[in-house]
Amino acid sequence: MMQLPPALADWFTAKGWTLHPHQWEMLARAGDPATLLIAPTGGGKTLAGFLPTLAELTTSPAKGLHTLYISPLKALAADIRRNLRTPIEGANLPIRVEDRTGDTNYSQRRRQRADPPQILLTTPESLALLLSYEDAPRIFAGLQRVILDELHALAESKRGDQMTLLLARLQTLSPGLRRVGLSATVEDPPALARYLAPDTGILLADPGPAPDIAMLETDTPPPWAGGGGRYAIPAILEQVKRHRTTLIFHNTRAQAELFFHDLWLANTDDLPIGIHHGSLSREQRERVEAAMVAGALRAIVCTGSLDLGIDWGDVDLVIQVGAPKNVKRLVQRIGRANHRYNAPSKALLLPANRFEVVECKAALDAVRDGTLDGEPRGPGPRDVLCQHVLMTASSGPFDADALFAEVITAGPYAALTRAEFDATLDFVATGGYALRAYDRWQRLKLTQGLWHLRDPRAAVVIRQNLGTIIDVETLKVRLKNRAGGTPLGEVEEAFAATLTPGDTFLIGGQVVRYEGLREMTVEVSRQPGRDPKVAVFNGTKFATSTLLTQRILDIFQQDRWPDLPAHTASWLTLQREVSRLPDAHTLLCESFPHDGREHLVVYGFSGRNAQQTLGLLLTKAMEEAGLAPLGFVATDYATLIWGLDAVQDAAPLFDLTALQDGLETWLAGNAVMKRTFRASAIISGLIERSHQGRRKSGRQATFSSDILYDTLRKYDPGHLLLQITREEAMRGLIDFSRIEDMLGRAAGRIETRRLPRITPLAAPLFLEPGRIPVQGAGRERLADEAARRLMAAAGLA
Amino acid sequence: MSYALTLGNESLIARPSGALHWPGQQLLCVSDLHLGKAERMARRAGALLPPYDNRETLARLEAEIEAVGPRTVICLGDSFDDGASLAGLEEDTRLWLARLMAGRDWVWITGNHDPGPLDIAGTHRAEVQIAGLRFRHIAAAGGVGKADGMANAGGVAEISGHYHPKVRLAGKAWRCFLADAQRMILPAFGTYTGGLWADDAAFDGLFGPAALAISCGGTVARAMPKPRASTRSR
Repeated sequence: MMQLPPALADWFTAKGWTLHPHQWEMLARAGDPATLLIAPTGGGKTLAGFLPTLAELTTSPAKGLHTLYISPLKALAADIRRNLRTPIEGANLPIRVEDRTGDTNYSQRRRQRADPPQILLTTPESLALLLSYEDAPRIFAGLQRVILDELHALAESKRGDQMTLLLARLQTLSPGLRRVGLSATVEDPPALARYLAPDTGILLADPGPAPDIAMLETDTPPPWAGGGGRYAIPAILEQVKRHRTTLIFHNTRAQAELFFHDLWLANTDDLPIGIHHGSLSREQRERVEAAMVAGALRAIVCTGSLDLGIDWGDVDLVIQVGAPKNVKRLVQRIGRANHRYNAPSKALLLPANRFEVVECKAALDAVRDGTLDGEPRGPGPRDVLCQHVLMTASSGPFDADALFAEVITAGPYAALTRAEFDATLDFVATGGYALRAYDRWQRLKLTQGLWHLRDPRAAVVIRQNLGTIIDVETLKVRLKNRAGGTPLGEVEEAFAATLTPGDTFLIGGQVVRYEGLREMTVEVSRQPGRDPKVAVFNGTKFATSTLLTQRILDIFQQDRWPDLPAHTASWLTLQREVSRLPDAHTLLCESFPHDGREHLVVYGFSGRNAQQTLGLLLTKAMEEAGLAPLGFVATDYATLIWGLDAVQDAAPLFDLTALQDGLETWLAGNAVMKRTFRASAIISGLIERSHQGRRKSGRQATFSSDILYDTLRKYDPGHLLLQITREEAMRGLIDFSRIEDMLGRAAGRIETRRLPRITPLAAPLFLEPGRIPVQGAGRERLADEAARRLMAAAGLA
Repeated sequence: MSYALTLGNESLIARPSGALHWPGQQLLCVSDLHLGKAERMARRAGALLPPYDNRETLARLEAEIEAVGPRTVICLGDSFDDGASLAGLEEDTRLWLARLMAGRDWVWITGNHDPGPLDIAGTHRAEVQIAGLRFRHIAAAGGVGKADGMANAGGVAEISGHYHPKVRLAGKAWRCFLADAQRMILPAFGTYTGGLWADDAAFDGLFGPAALAISCGGTVARAMPKPRASTRSR
């Protein structure tokens, strides 16, 4: 077993520090090829990861790069550098630590390539860039260890997929490389371990005391529908007063804005409360972060932008507004409170509406039972692989067999077939078009068995486009006549395009009036006291996880609900009397007339995205069956469709093959597909990223990726990039797999209850926003009837 | 559905395709075809874009020619993406172009992308005047006729391309014509082309206050007031 070097041991003793058992264990496993450490927030994970490196470099100092640390956040890399400096300088260890991110200046980056530090802290994007240089083999030849921080977060995105490919590359350059993954609590440690490396040892740290978590019950019962939790503002203010610092999490930015606005109106004590979300300008976010670290804020209204492991000091309460949708995220958020090992975290859940009471109860049960959710991520996407091939070619000629062998050592690509790899390589080299047009201008050429860039100058452009984060085109929002002032925040270009002068919306907690667009900036004026037109910008719509859904259905099957608030228990009892409660084995559909229209509710419990897709597909099937649907609305648990004719039996509408055919047709012209295509086209290197500065001046030179999408669909529908787009959309916003799961679970047991009137469980659906009209025969019939009535009234019929 | 307008003393039709029809002269005018764009990107070691832009552009041009049956076709410049684009055209594209040109007067106006002598049939001109209309690639700043010393009062109006104007309508970007009584700028007809917003300062000195933007790209050409830079923030 590796010993702690005396210098370090003495320093720890002098500071009065003792190592946690898992930190000792990491030292013991220093020689293992791959180790995954799972520890709760505040458990000294990072130090545990670095201890073996500190020990090795103290015992046998060596020049050159020894350890690479990779974090998903630039800010985290800088944080860690400061934190590492304390023991290194304190114990006077001969170790050079530097960070390298997009913010590192040019001369420093050059120097780092010529003379790398022993420990380099970086991000996946900066590592990809380093690996794309010709001197990568020299830089990484002596690399001993790579530490991946917040692996659970990385593993959920394409950045993680790219990361695993980069690891495979590093392993080739330095065969003795050892891998260390650091992660918060996850549902399936072996899966994350496989993601890190084929033979990874798992080390589970003591998870610490169970969190103190409860539902925030209020005097006013929650509303029947909607989100935001504004009904509970008095109760929340009361909690804020009772704690030092409270984080108030929301699921979407728009809801955070609305809540913050109303919270300030009710904040008669003028408590210092800030707001933090991804649409705010960087300056504004940094100001809030600084105030928070300084302990100057009593509460912060925030979204997922605060989720990752930055140290938040004095937070002693986390309030989650709205059902958390996902237990794992909830647990990680709770970890923000009381960021100290061995002290329980305190959290409150606030259901935003009556249905979410059940959902919050299900989440509480899951946290207590220690069960977490997570959807398997599926195989590594091939657009990321395309980029990896380009990156590899930038660093030098490569052999296709060797690259394939290397790629399939990366977890997400373990099942990649040679044929799929060859198609990817062909796309990168020739464009992969049915019309083989680029024989002379191939991007990669094969010479003496090795693939290389036809034109070495292409490497510059390839490097500029590395990375898998795709920015949504955004515009800055500024107050009019304050050209030099701080921007209030940013909105999506698509949102800005829908505004007309005079429209009001919320940003940075204030209501502003849209004045106009000037040089890529949205100009606004303050408009206090006006009701905002609700801002739908950037609303990330999380779908409720499969695990939570199952737990909700389980709660429905209880005989009585003594542990639910009385208002919710009596609501469920009434539903059971007039119809029945949905369960996992039957797909319940209710059909009833209401307010002069026929309604069909499908309780699919498949999450909002899938229920929305189901709405589109079912209305199409109903249109074809002559049932004249007029529109629909979807929530996480049901789809409500209204129309002119009653559905007596919904079962025939659920023919999976027919639904699938409908999906193909509907998808083709869909905006979701075009957006997905754009992202994949950028990642795979088909189009270049548009840089802010260039957009301002370059204009005619760049054209919309929609044109490429339409052209490909018309002339080359089997093209690889369209296949990738379809795969991406299916597992993302379309979420068709959950519709398949739902129908698989029901296995033909589709029950249609024909009822005389609206049911208690269906009632909240009528209050949901986001109704989508169906333009079909139903509309024509309505118009015909109206015309006939007019004619009849005039005595002409 | 097309949009009819008067430029100078001539009656013209802005078609939803982005082509301009002059019935009085049996003339069809298109601008900025940028043929060979994908091939040029590939040649310059950029991305390998779907190599279907030429056939898509020519298919739309053919449809316009069939619909209008012009005696004369004017391509307003930047017909080819660069000097080597013409040579790089696939054989079938060249033949297709030749078929379209057969039996009619075809005028290639020189653009900044295709300045050189082009090895293709037809008339090659820096600019051309027919009746009261002058065709050139880039709009001449100041008075319409000033570039060659002609007085504006002569009633000569100008038609040009180059800028690829586009406009926002109902939350979507559309290619558009820009026009007032004396001047018109055509949208780009080429498939792989982007655009310049109609309220860009580049258009400031070119149009009077009553200028129109006529959106195209769908099935209808719709006229609206041209957004102006000076009113952008009002």
